[in-house]
Amino acid sequence: MRKIITGAALAVLATACSANTAGTATPASGGTVVPGKGSTAVGFIFVGPKDDYGYNQAAYQGSQEVAKAFPNLKVITAENVPEDDNAARVMNSMIAKGAKIVFATSYGHLDAALKVAAEHPDVVVVQQGNLITGSAPPNAGTFFGTVYEPVYLAGIAAGRATKTGKLGYVYAFPISQTIDNIDAFELGARSVNPSVKTYAVNTSSWCDPAKQAEAAANLLKQGVDVITQHQDCTATVIKATEAAGAMTVGYHADASAIAPKGWLTGSQWNWGPLYSDIVRTALGGTFTGSKYNGNFRVGYKTGDNPFVQSPYGPLVDDKTRRLIEAAKDTLKSGSPFAGPVRDQEGKVRIPDGTTPDYETIEKIDYFVEGVVGSLPKS
Amino acid sequence: MLIVDVLTGGVRGGTAIMFAALGETLAERAGVVNLGTEGCMLVGALGGYAVAAETGNPWLGLLAGALAGALLGLVHAVAVVWRRADQFATGLTLMFLGLGLTSLFGAAYVGKAAPGFDPVPLPVLGDIPVIGEILFRHDPVTYLTFVAAPLLWFALNRTKAGLLVRTAGERADVLHVHGYSPGLIRTVAVTAGAALAGLGGAQLSTAYAHAWFEGMTAGRGFIAVALVIFAAWRPLWVVAGSYLFGAALAVAPALQARGQSLNQFALDALPFVITLVILAVLGRRTLRAAPEELRRVFAR
Repeated sequence: MRKIITGAALAVLATACSANTAGTATPASGGTVVPGKGSTAVGFIFVGPKDDYGYNQAAYQGSQEVAKAFPNLKVITAENVPEDDNAARVMNSMIAKGAKIVFATSYGHLDAALKVAAEHPDVVVVQQGNLITGSAPPNAGTFFGTVYEPVYLAGIAAGRATKTGKLGYVYAFPISQTIDNIDAFELGARSVNPSVKTYAVNTSSWCDPAKQAEAAANLLKQGVDVITQHQDCTATVIKATEAAGAMTVGYHADASAIAPKGWLTGSQWNWGPLYSDIVRTALGGTFTGSKYNGNFRVGYKTGDNPFVQSPYGPLVDDKTRRLIEAAKDTLKSGSPFAGPVRDQEGKVRIPDGTTPDYETIEKIDYFVEGVVGSLPKS
Repeated sequence: MLIVDVLTGGVRGGTAIMFAALGETLAERAGVVNLGTEGCMLVGALGGYAVAAETGNPWLGLLAGALAGALLGLVHAVAVVWRRADQFATGLTLMFLGLGLTSLFGAAYVGKAAPGFDPVPLPVLGDIPVIGEILFRHDPVTYLTFVAAPLLWFALNRTKAGLLVRTAGERADVLHVHGYSPGLIRTVAVTAGAALAGLGGAQLSTAYAHAWFEGMTAGRGFIAVALVIFAAWRPLWVVAGSYLFGAALAVAPALQARGQSLNQFALDALPFVITLVILAVLGRRTLRAAPEELRRVFAR
């Protein structure tokens, strides 16, 4: 219902602004268009609320860091922007307010982002997390971190810490990003503890605390002693794990405050530096042809991964820290999915000596050897 | 053992539903249906969590949850009993009111830490094999239902207050003759019932999930209303029904934690399928067990 109301409000807003946007769509002179250059504002759209303690909050914080880094730029943000044509309307209204750089931060915002990019050749439109198929228009691109890399490192901490050899993974839906995470977690753990298993339980919801509670209780009952998750709200699983005296690997945020004893490490977002660099590139007029003008994926190989490791908890010993640092160095030239990678049936899916590229990894649709459980069938 | 885990999960997850269903039993025995039970659970879940977070005392949270539920229930009672509003329409409106209010005021408590209830195994009883694990290693709020259900049964069937409630549900006119106000009795029953629903919501947020999130009751209030019907308005059958539903919810995670291959979507639908099947099988037979005054509401 909220979506309908937002939609209606946006429609009104868009009608009010459409007279303005029509004027800015075409470049003033017939000469070359430099997208993003001379922008006085930056727009950010988010699919959820800016205080969800997860994905959207992290993106919002990134936008606020852009505001700090560029005091002369007006930063315009919009929350709860649905993943449909309304997103294009909101972006257009931001462009009408002077934004020539727009960030569409949700996976499903891509279609709208490309539409806006086509209508406004003078505006840089970047989308967070999705992939443009084929070649990108000169003023558009996608970007994302390699989420699974810090998850792989956290897997090392989990593999070292477990006493039962059983790790638990509470996830929402079997989307490729999540499958990558579960696989990378197990691969990291196996790299230091070859017999370790990861038990995967899904909740069919990004946030259903009651289902999470039941999932955590059952994993703990099975003897799992390290639990991690891919959920939008994470407190329920962490508290249940801590109460049972088991260990936690975090996701999205540093939650060591609610797991002072069992917190190992985790992964969290830090979008500020990457957002700022994209803005800097666009303002400087060098966006077209830059690394951001395409499907940009950043990991330890390329520098500042926006997905970083959370601080360590008290149970992570020095040897584990050294192993993780060493693995981080390996990732600078390798990948958690460097072959050989076998699936649950033992079949080699990534051959020995092969280091898959980001796009291949983002299309993995199987659990690796050592993951217990199967992907939900429909 | 799988069956033990599923039954343990049934008690763990069925408790919130049981509170709400016991409350709804009380209301319906007095002749009023409260479809807003879901809303009462939601305000209870938020109220309980918020007060626990602010005061640091989960017991105060529990009390606040019950109060929040009661307040929403009172609105229902006033509209339905005193203003003669349609029970179903009012109840549904109340559900949406609860959903709206809690998503508005609950935003500040999403992700916020609050003290809650952790499992406390009961001495001796908790050590009994199988039974101890299923029943006696839970949080203190779960133990409250062990008392609340028999108490409600006793109150309804063996006390004068219970007789008055039942009479309000069966032959309201008789109350008039004897100088009682059926309206007042119904108001008290609906409000107290909603307080129990609020308590169930608070159990969900402070003892089961240890978190607040908008819409976190996820239909448990409606299941509670359906459950009262197939439990034929008897508190002790409500207990069995709640655990059955809780167990149905626990099957999927229990199987998955063992790495069992299964059809996730079918399992997620299981609790609702069970409810539908039972309601359909019992059919009109349940209506015969219905309080007389309630039958007028249902069999229109």
